[in-house]
Amino acid sequence: MTRYQRRKVLNAFNLTASIAVTLFGLVMLGWILTILFTKGFEHINWAVFTENTPPPGESGGLMNAIVGTLMLTVIAVLIGTPIGIMAGTYLAEYGGKSRFASAVRFINDILLSAPSIVVGVFVYTLLVSPVNHFSGWAGSVALAILVVPVIVRTTEDMLKLVPRQIREAAAALGAPRWKVTVHVVYKAALSGMMTGMILATARIMGETAPLLFTALNNNFWSTDMNRPIANMPVVIYQYALSPYSDWQDLAWAAALLITVSVLVMNIFARYGLKSGNQQKP
Amino acid sequence: MTQDSSTDQDLRRSEPSALSASESSHGLLEKRNYIRDVTNSKISLRDLSFYYGKFKALHDISMEIPDRKVTAFIGPSGCGKSTLLRVFNRMYDLYPGQRAEGDLILDGRNILGPGVDLNMLRARVGMVFQKPTPFPMSIYDNVAFGVRLYEKLRKSDLDDRIQWALQRAALWDEVKDKLKQSGGALSGGQQQRLCIARGIAVKPEVLLLDEPTSALDPISTSRIEELIYELKDDFTIAIVTHNMQQAARVSDYTAFMYLGELMEYDRTDVIFTNPDRKETEDYVTGRFG
Repeated sequence: MTRYQRRKVLNAFNLTASIAVTLFGLVMLGWILTILFTKGFEHINWAVFTENTPPPGESGGLMNAIVGTLMLTVIAVLIGTPIGIMAGTYLAEYGGKSRFASAVRFINDILLSAPSIVVGVFVYTLLVSPVNHFSGWAGSVALAILVVPVIVRTTEDMLKLVPRQIREAAAALGAPRWKVTVHVVYKAALSGMMTGMILATARIMGETAPLLFTALNNNFWSTDMNRPIANMPVVIYQYALSPYSDWQDLAWAAALLITVSVLVMNIFARYGLKSGNQQKP
Repeated sequence: MTQDSSTDQDLRRSEPSALSASESSHGLLEKRNYIRDVTNSKISLRDLSFYYGKFKALHDISMEIPDRKVTAFIGPSGCGKSTLLRVFNRMYDLYPGQRAEGDLILDGRNILGPGVDLNMLRARVGMVFQKPTPFPMSIYDNVAFGVRLYEKLRKSDLDDRIQWALQRAALWDEVKDKLKQSGGALSGGQQQRLCIARGIAVKPEVLLLDEPTSALDPISTSRIEELIYELKDDFTIAIVTHNMQQAARVSDYTAFMYLGELMEYDRTDVIFTNPDRKETEDYVTGRFG
């Protein structure tokens, strides 16, 4: 067999293998979505949005869990985003290749891949154990810790994509460095940074493990962040494992809602924000 | 007017005068006769050297850049033209490891010395780059950006200034109805004129143009060349160009650089018709470079 033939065979083999593996992944995803949509849709009704989680055997909905998840998520993003943006800005604009910046980058990468349950336990010992009760605040802090590394990474990456020439052009007008960053570089990187924020939001919306140790759950209507607060992931976790079929049905509905919101956010981040980023070359 | 004509006289090959007498001990300078006694010198370079880390990119350059004239820098790629331009507004300061030695005197003050406010310096010495660099904001805000940094103008005054700058940059008629649109939506040539408008809106004294037309089509190029010709009434202009016809068309004085050295500096017509050095002649006639 000539070298050329060998290359053709190898090429065909690799191409087939990679297509097969891709199909495998897509089929799995399609399977999950199909089951989720068929099982979830039949249990989505008006009551899901207007009634609180019920005791077993009674009808009810997910209102308290939906509102709780929204509160936990929004507060977590509000805490995590400024910290993440500032740290990412430091890394991209000021830190450079200094030893401290490299250390921050390294730690951030570890944090990015840290198991979320570890974050849950950490916040438990910090904010739950000392006061002897679970709380919404603890939940938001745990989620914020998961948000920060994502924002740091996307902010740094997006700022680094802004061409050097734009910074030079702003500096050439006599703009001090912070003004160059805030008024010009941020604007150029805005859509990318927004994408990062939305992806971070999507990531924490479905997090269960950190909330088990912090916000826990609440079967009643409550918006008090100082007390345990209902949330979708823990509701799914508890109801799906319960022996009651109406609770299991609600878990399917909650799972569908979460998946759809995450999907919508991802699609928006990918296509909705694109238009703002277009510039003629 | 009389001052201008006397300047031309003084710029002609002459012995280094009292102004540069201290440098005559270098011998080298005297021999190559680079220093001209310019009575209306805006920028004076004295033994200016530049380093990228350990690499010496500019070698002991001394010259005078006259006020409200166009001075062109020509030479093959990598000869240090752009590097030299970036010393004029200390752009290199943005990057660690780059440093300049020697003196660069702007209106009697050495701007390479300590205690120079870089932002104020850059407000006085504007720069336009090779690639158009519109900021991601509206046309209006692009031009207003620099003005707002150092001046608190009333809205109407700011409007007037922006109109003035866009008119000077020959862009006003094309954008006057869409000032709120993004600067990035303009064509390449318009973007570059926007950058020039942005540069002159802050009313600098010196305008540095780093190959401002190399990314543009011939029509945009000729518009910008006309612009340069008009702008020299108000600004001292230093332009780096790869295009020798452009240097011949727009500049009053031309400096030929090669391998980080200033080979020859003289009136543009002299450089292009009767240069001193063989290298200059070879370059301007296209025999190398």
